[in-house]
Amino acid sequence: MDDLLADFLIETNEGLQSLDGALLSLERNPGDASVLGEVFRTIHTIKGTCGFLGLPRLERVAHAGENVLGCWREGSLAVTPGGISLILTAVDRIKLIVAGLENAGIEPAGDDGDIIEPLDAAFRGETPQAAPAVEAPSRSPAPVPHPAPSPAPFLGLATAPAPPAASDPAPTPAPVADSVAVVAAAPQTIRVAVDVLEDLMVLVSELVLTRNQLLQLARSASNSPFTVPLQRLSQITSDLQDGVMKTRMQPIGSAWQKLPRLVRDLSNDLGKKIALDMIGETTELDRQVMEFIKDPLTHMVRNSADHGLETPDERRAAGKPETGRITLNAYHQGGHIVLEIGDDGRGLAVGKIREKVLRQGLATEAELAAMSESEIQRFIFRAGFSTAAAVTSVSGRGVGMDVVKTNLERIGGIVELRSREGRGTTFTIKIPLTLAIAAALIVESGGERFAIPQNGVLELVRVGNGDGPKVEMIKSAPVLRLRDRLLPLVPLAPLLQLDGEPGETSFVVVTQVGSQVFGIVVDRVFDTEEIVVKPVAPILRDLTMFSGNTILGDGSVIMILDPNGIARATGLSIDAGRENEAAAKPQRGATVERTALLLFRAGEGAPKAVPLGLIARLEDLPAERIEHAGDKLVVQYRGRLMPLVALSGFASIPTAGSRQAVLVFGDGAHAMGLMVDEILDVMEAPLVIDRGGERPGFLGSAVIAERVTEILDCAYWLRLGGEDWFNQAATAKQALPRILLVEDSAFFRNLVVPALSAAGYNVMGVPHGREALRLREAGEMFDAIISDINMPEMDGFQLVRAIRDGGPWADLPVIALSGRAEPADVEAGRRAGFTDYVAKFDRHALGGSLAQALELRGITAPLDCPV
Amino acid sequence: MTTETLDRPGAGQAGAPGGDASQLVLTLTVAGQLCGVPVLAVRDVLGPQTITRIPLAPPEVAGSLNLRGRIVTAVDLRRRLSLPPRPAGERPMSVVVEHQGELYSLLADQVGEVLTLSPAERAANPPTLDASWKEVSLGVHRLGESLLVVLDVECLMRLS
Repeated sequence: MDDLLADFLIETNEGLQSLDGALLSLERNPGDASVLGEVFRTIHTIKGTCGFLGLPRLERVAHAGENVLGCWREGSLAVTPGGISLILTAVDRIKLIVAGLENAGIEPAGDDGDIIEPLDAAFRGETPQAAPAVEAPSRSPAPVPHPAPSPAPFLGLATAPAPPAASDPAPTPAPVADSVAVVAAAPQTIRVAVDVLEDLMVLVSELVLTRNQLLQLARSASNSPFTVPLQRLSQITSDLQDGVMKTRMQPIGSAWQKLPRLVRDLSNDLGKKIALDMIGETTELDRQVMEFIKDPLTHMVRNSADHGLETPDERRAAGKPETGRITLNAYHQGGHIVLEIGDDGRGLAVGKIREKVLRQGLATEAELAAMSESEIQRFIFRAGFSTAAAVTSVSGRGVGMDVVKTNLERIGGIVELRSREGRGTTFTIKIPLTLAIAAALIVESGGERFAIPQNGVLELVRVGNGDGPKVEMIKSAPVLRLRDRLLPLVPLAPLLQLDGEPGETSFVVVTQVGSQVFGIVVDRVFDTEEIVVKPVAPILRDLTMFSGNTILGDGSVIMILDPNGIARATGLSIDAGRENEAAAKPQRGATVERTALLLFRAGEGAPKAVPLGLIARLEDLPAERIEHAGDKLVVQYRGRLMPLVALSGFASIPTAGSRQAVLVFGDGAHAMGLMVDEILDVMEAPLVIDRGGERPGFLGSAVIAERVTEILDCAYWLRLGGEDWFNQAATAKQALPRILLVEDSAFFRNLVVPALSAAGYNVMGVPHGREALRLREAGEMFDAIISDINMPEMDGFQLVRAIRDGGPWADLPVIALSGRAEPADVEAGRRAGFTDYVAKFDRHALGGSLAQALELRGITAPLDCPV
Repeated sequence: MTTETLDRPGAGQAGAPGGDASQLVLTLTVAGQLCGVPVLAVRDVLGPQTITRIPLAPPEVAGSLNLRGRIVTAVDLRRRLSLPPRPAGERPMSVVVEHQGELYSLLADQVGEVLTLSPAERAANPPTLDASWKEVSLGVHRLGESLLVVLDVECLMRLS
């Protein structure tokens, strides 16, 4: 390609880049002569140069466009949206031809009659047939930055046709509307090929590594004459690193440049009125990261326009302004950039998602019942999940959302989703500012060292034989109890097939992937170090456990572990699509991931299972500690007597010297133990109970891990073991506080009733609000009512209103038990008349709330400790 | 028989088999067998290095090492050529080659000299040659008492 042509391409690309924006702003403001002039000049320059270089095809298209623009400029034709559409299509064609030129060095063959004819028609003053007239769709308040069309102000340093993405460093994007200010001083910028910057970054990365290496050497030698100059070198290196990082930073606006055009076209295609707001365009991020997010961003804006926003008619009917609004917002937050893509459209229909989840068998009814709205909404991140009634040519919401999520996770980003039906949807993306240099924790396992990127590490826990936390085994699955939370552990050595005996003490690196928190068990933890992530050699790319490798300060090569890969390899993130607000507020613990079940063997027949959440502790008691008390077995447990019940029906003390596995239910002062033969496993599985094989003590059977498993009816066994004990519990011989539980799901009734019974309440469960009100008519009285929100026939809100309306129950505390306990829901609940609002499965919160409610009524809760 | 040819004279495609020009090969020994790799494929020859193991990697991959700031993946030729493992205590030499823009180190027991071999003297692979050798061998040369197998670096890097 000769130099002349190369220069032409650079100049043309630069002009074209600003054309879209200029045309759109012209459409908003047809009278703006300076913008019109700019557009005209750009096209005119292209046309003129084409003639000179002998590019007939380009020239013809540009010429036809210039004709129309010329008429607009003279005022002989009015600027219309239809006309703008014509010019935009012409600009697209010019881009196409220019791209062909860049690749091949000659004009690609093709016929442009389809574009030139309507332009000529418009030029002759006929109404353009193409592109239906649409009102200005975009009302972006921030002016689109337009680099001046002439390349003159640049200290032309371009050696190669730089990709257009890199050529937009202009720090002075003068608003085009008042073009008087445009000229002014020449911007202090030069154009540099991206490759040069990339190479520079690589060199700086190497320099950082070498610096680290030197520092390490210097630390081991005291009084070295090198120490002082080394410190200086270190400082300079850090500054240099910062400086080079800055050169890679680009305002996110450059990734947004294409969006106004995209939205405009979409609004035409879809017949919707859409305004696009862009906030924080100057927020800077690494261009490598920018490349990664461009496509997901486009996809999400498309989705918002196509599925998020309603048609003008629908919006009017819903009492909203006809023009839908898509808002992009970018800002920095602690080493990350946060990007929000929001719309004020119809929001995600939870009901539809729920149906689809059930139809696709992604979750069971019981699981869904326990999920909050936002958890259900997160199903759209599952592969192949789309709720779009009709998949349009533009997008099918959900098709691709999983891809968006995966792509973002690959660079350490996370996507969150907030949606209110009828109010709109907002996606929040959080991504690291740069990928080039990261802090990593250096650990050792099986005699090898590994780096773990620090941004996923929550904390470090030292575990050992002495005091403090211990690794406990449930069958072969190691777990760690960490602040009331059962943390699944992944020992690194066996996972990586490393040998070496585990030492006396080890460390648990608590890691978060999505919302899944788990611990990686390693032998030792060293320092943290700044590392430069380098990709592994292609022959190793099948190793999903590593995200790359790097060279440490001491010069050795080290593999970088990928927590995502580890989670996948161990099956921890089967559910990658469902992480959610548990991450945001883990203390609520409101999530039920495919119910965690404890599998065990007891008595004859199939393995048995019980929801792990009901079990307070697992004990392995020596037979000697088990004693007879009357016809029952008891054990001294934490300073009290705990009754033991055998599943096999008749309880006998195991032979001396042996040990007895016991599942402990209840907590604090009151507990009951269930004697089992062997604890098999803990696993998370969808619980679909088949009531066919129902027999006393069991809720039915379910298929878990491909085996038929009997699900324990805890209430039954607690009654069996606890009658005396319950009476004993009510020391003051007063009646137990009576609680009414209104809950449609039998599964959850069976969870909550035993939990509360074990805590010393007298609990009665009914399936829905009507049944509860029937009890009221029948003259039943309770001390407190706990109610689910989503129920058939009469939901929780209707029920609480009916209760508050009058009658004997009007003053009772009514506690809402719901999968969603977000502030807004809690507020809505309180307004409806609920005393308190508790997340499902938060046993502690429920116990505390009950105790508090009862106390207000002068009733002492049966236990001073929570349920 | 010069070693300074490692500086790579500007000559043409010596890596391609069957060229007219005589071919320069670097000889190396793997479990007693004399082998050769085309000199133009060789970037570096290193003494014993600290090699970081890569868990779960293919068995042929011995690990990775640091070559002046570049990470080089080491492929153990004994494993790659289905030969018995190296006796404990013996530390391999590294012959660094470039393959598709990445550096790899071929671990050999010893590295010898650079020889000029005439393609005319190259014999085809004997049909009885072990299958795992056949795919990586460009041919066999007779060198006095011993036989030298010319290895194809591209094929060596294709791990099964």
